Amino acid sequence: MSRSRSDVALVWILRGCGLLTGAITVVIVGFLLWESLPAIRDVGVRRFVSDQSWHPSAGAAGGQFNLVPMIVATALATAGAVLLAAPLGIGSAVFAHFYAPRQLRHTHGKMIELLAGIPSVVYGLWGLVVLVPLIARWHPPGTSLFSAIIVLTIMILPTIALLAGAAFDNLPSEYLRASAALGLSRGRTVLSVVLPASRSGLFTAVLLGTGRAIGETMAVLMVAGNVVQNPTSIFQPVRTITANIALEMAYAMEGHRSALFVCGLLLMGMVIVLVGFAEWVSQGRIHG
Amino acid sequence: MIPRPHLVRAIALLVLGLLFCVFPGCSSNDADKNENQIVLTGSSTVAPLMSEIAKQFESLHPGVRVDVQSGGSSRGVADARRGLADIGMVSRDLKAEEQDLTAFPIARDGVCVIIHRDNPVASLTDDQVVAIYTDRINNWKDVGGADAPITVVNKAEGRSTLELFVGHFQLDNKQIKADAVIGDNEQGIKTVAGNRHAIGYVSIGTAEYDATHDVEIKLLPLAGIAASIENVRAGDFPLSRPLNLVVKGTPTGIVAEFIKFARSRDVNQIILEQYFVPLSQ
Repeated sequence: MSRSRSDVALVWILRGCGLLTGAITVVIVGFLLWESLPAIRDVGVRRFVSDQSWHPSAGAAGGQFNLVPMIVATALATAGAVLLAAPLGIGSAVFAHFYAPRQLRHTHGKMIELLAGIPSVVYGLWGLVVLVPLIARWHPPGTSLFSAIIVLTIMILPTIALLAGAAFDNLPSEYLRASAALGLSRGRTVLSVVLPASRSGLFTAVLLGTGRAIGETMAVLMVAGNVVQNPTSIFQPVRTITANIALEMAYAMEGHRSALFVCGLLLMGMVIVLVGFAEWVSQGRIHG
Repeated sequence: MIPRPHLVRAIALLVLGLLFCVFPGCSSNDADKNENQIVLTGSSTVAPLMSEIAKQFESLHPGVRVDVQSGGSSRGVADARRGLADIGMVSRDLKAEEQDLTAFPIARDGVCVIIHRDNPVASLTDDQVVAIYTDRINNWKDVGGADAPITVVNKAEGRSTLELFVGHFQLDNKQIKADAVIGDNEQGIKTVAGNRHAIGYVSIGTAEYDATHDVEIKLLPLAGIAASIENVRAGDFPLSRPLNLVVKGTPTGIVAEFIKFARSRDVNQIILEQYFVPLSQ
């Protein structure tokens, strides 16, 4: 193939685009590091895990900087949401793909897409005015880890359902035909052929859902109660790392601000680990 | 498939266009130091009021643009100091270390304790409020209410409403045992309105507006004085604060004109509509 001038130009433009996108990530990580350096230097890494609590506004000397309760809260809220949303999402994708009549499948797909498109603050507002009062009547104060898990579940459910559906779409059709030729029932086909064969796709779906749950901010901020503590019950209020940043960033100065960038760095680290894991899984190693 | 040259050219133009939009954008910050723009940043209590006043000011001065951004009193102080904003909005008195700035009070606001409308408790003493916020009292029956645990709603660190509250009750924020921590006033009111056993504190302006507009909250009196705009105006209500515009140095030009307008009698109606207390009579 001869390389015309426009081809060369296109290649360079595309290289430029690639470089730019990659550079943005590097710049963001660099910026986070740069902004959090003062806090890491003045407070020291150890105090972020050993201080009594989180009262950063008094500065490095007088403040307290324990991030552990917020890491625990983020992990618990995310894990709870994923445990609920993964079976629900994958189940709904299985239903839509293998059981629902054609028309229902179409409508169902559109509904899920719509659910994925609702802005998170809308979920948060709904959680604050409907869900939280409901839970408060049953188990005060209502704003709690439990509410956060429910709202997060609803939010990551469509992500998991859509990606699981995409994984089923990618399944080689021979598998299904072979299964039919063997005379397997629909339920048996789903359990023994479809789910194992699309395992890596499903894992990726769940991991991306997890990523969304970790990063979700506004909705959690509105329903979780935002008290910095290690919860001893699911009905206690907690503060996630993202909510912490959103709650305090606008009002934070100097050392406090820098400490919030440490939170951002931590969050970035969590997401990098997660994406790395998703990458590892989607390369098909999970089949091994 | 080999792309057609004009398609390639279109993509190239698009990408180059994007790049040019991004990079010169870095230098455009110098441009907004023009004569016809006023930037206000600071207190989220003052920001909605200033937005309304700004609208009025803009309609009187065609070509002038007033940019109001909230972010808390501390941000107002810092931005006015660093010159990031022409005017800072601060919903408290200036502290001793902030005397390098000049404050122009425009109105007063009070902070009041709110509970759910269905809560039978009619008043709390200062000691009871302190006891509730430090978790020494954790049941409404101990203060004359129903037998139910108290949900304590506190504000997030750095907010001036919190500073005013802990200052008045001589609390340290580290002593407060909250069941919910909220950001802005509206979130606090929604939280209390949604929970029969909650107690919180918010700006009187917002609380009185919502209480008279069918939101299920009740404003508690403080030291026997009813929490109302009237009592704040009279200077009787113990938990009140000035709303200030702060500037570094002496304001000149359009900024001075704006401050003069914001303190004039012309904006009293706007201040009243926002349930704050005007100072100029």
